Amino acid sequence: MLKFTEEHEWLKIEGGVATVGITVHAAEQLGDLVFVELPEVGATFEKGGDAATVESVKAASDVYCPLDGEIVGVNEAITADPSLVNSDPQGAGWFFKLKLANVSDADGLMDEAAYKELVG
Amino acid sequence: MDGSSELKKTPLHALNVSLGGRMVPFAGYEMPVQYTAGVMKEHLHTRTAAGLFDVSHMGQVTVRARSGDNADAARALETLVPVDVVGLGEGRQRYALFTNDEGGILDDLMIANRGDHFYVVVNAACKDQDFAHMQAKIGDVCELTLHDDRALVALQGPHAESVLAELWADISSMRFMDVRACDLHDADCIVSRSGYTGEDGFEISIPAALAETVCRRLLDHPDVLPIGLGARDSLRLEAGLCLYGNDIDTGTTPVEGALEWAIQKVRRKGGEREGGFPGASVILDQLENGAARRRIGLRAEGRAPVRSGAVLATDPEGEDVVGTVTSGGFGPNVDGPVAMGYVIKSAIAPGTQLYAGVRGKFLPVTVAAMPFVTNTFKR
Repeated sequence: MLKFTEEHEWLKIEGGVATVGITVHAAEQLGDLVFVELPEVGATFEKGGDAATVESVKAASDVYCPLDGEIVGVNEAITADPSLVNSDPQGAGWFFKLKLANVSDADGLMDEAAYKELVG
Repeated sequence: MDGSSELKKTPLHALNVSLGGRMVPFAGYEMPVQYTAGVMKEHLHTRTAAGLFDVSHMGQVTVRARSGDNADAARALETLVPVDVVGLGEGRQRYALFTNDEGGILDDLMIANRGDHFYVVVNAACKDQDFAHMQAKIGDVCELTLHDDRALVALQGPHAESVLAELWADISSMRFMDVRACDLHDADCIVSRSGYTGEDGFEISIPAALAETVCRRLLDHPDVLPIGLGARDSLRLEAGLCLYGNDIDTGTTPVEGALEWAIQKVRRKGGEREGGFPGASVILDQLENGAARRRIGLRAEGRAPVRSGAVLATDPEGEDVVGTVTSGGFGPNVDGPVAMGYVIKSAIAPGTQLYAGVRGKFLPVTVAAMPFVTNTFKR
């Protein structure tokens, strides 16, 4: 199940765990990333909490936690090479895996068609 | 984007949009923050080939003595800046600072001696107040004209000379900070060998109506890419150059800003034309005795950029605060974070270990000499 947020994140939800990243649109808007800071495995966040930080040459931006949950995995490959987020944002450039507090929370997020409408 | 309808457009606006420029509000203008190549590629391209920047938002002012004697204009300008203008030869340009009575910096600018007048380039965000300031202080002696009818572009990078020479000969004999009139494509241009990137290059003032034609000709050259404000900022930061409003402002003096080099001997204590500019008592005293704080460069040990506003401390807990970062980001050629900021006198020595507050943590940074990249001016 692929879901999207208004903050331009995608969630691929399998068995109560969401793999989270930023959308192609978000990666294009941010431009070339030079630094990524990921959360600690085991950290818990509420929806909207600052889970990660990305920095382009020009500016820093927060990546919000899309739903309540616990971090159960992070993608160290993007801290070693932030450009992966630009080259493959919805694949190899994923950010973290989030064990959802309530799987049904995801029902409130957008599907791909609705997200495409949002970003035009 | 509220108020975008009120934003001004440069003579190159249509060209910027057609080149894929991502337009953002900047200093009252709609300006390209980047083009399709993106900030990183634009930055690196400028350092290896040549980049073309639209800087038409900056203010171009001619200063003409009402007496007809250009020396009168030079003397008038010297009442506004701590710089040797009288000794500036015809066809030469010099960096200068408008100071206030407290020794603070109202703006930084370039002054060129064009023989029968002076030509001044000031920052976009300051140009209206600079013009009013000049009008009030020297308007009786000089006729001042703000040239909104001219575009200004910068061609920067190691290939800038060969590109310009290929299209229009006779610029290779120019040295760093030379200024001359030049016909480019039958456009009556003013060319200076200077810039804001740390690279060799040229700034070209062009009549607005012909600006797009001249720029398209330059962009036709395979070595030239259009470069936006994003890369302009990272290039100037790597070159250790100040951004007015960030690194220098009315609350900083030229000495605090480490800009003593801009104040020639003739305007200092014991000089032939000592003082005579706003804030002279403060600035001349600081030139002799130093200032309590100073602008310094910073390199970070990690990969996290340290940006404007970050607090600087001597300890990793961030308790002994000694300064603040005024500009910072990622340096594509340095391949790491670079920053500049102000610290108290005891912390200015290169190699001093400091800690910068970034998102609640204090990250190790080291005071470093600037520029962060070697400049390639043709002196």
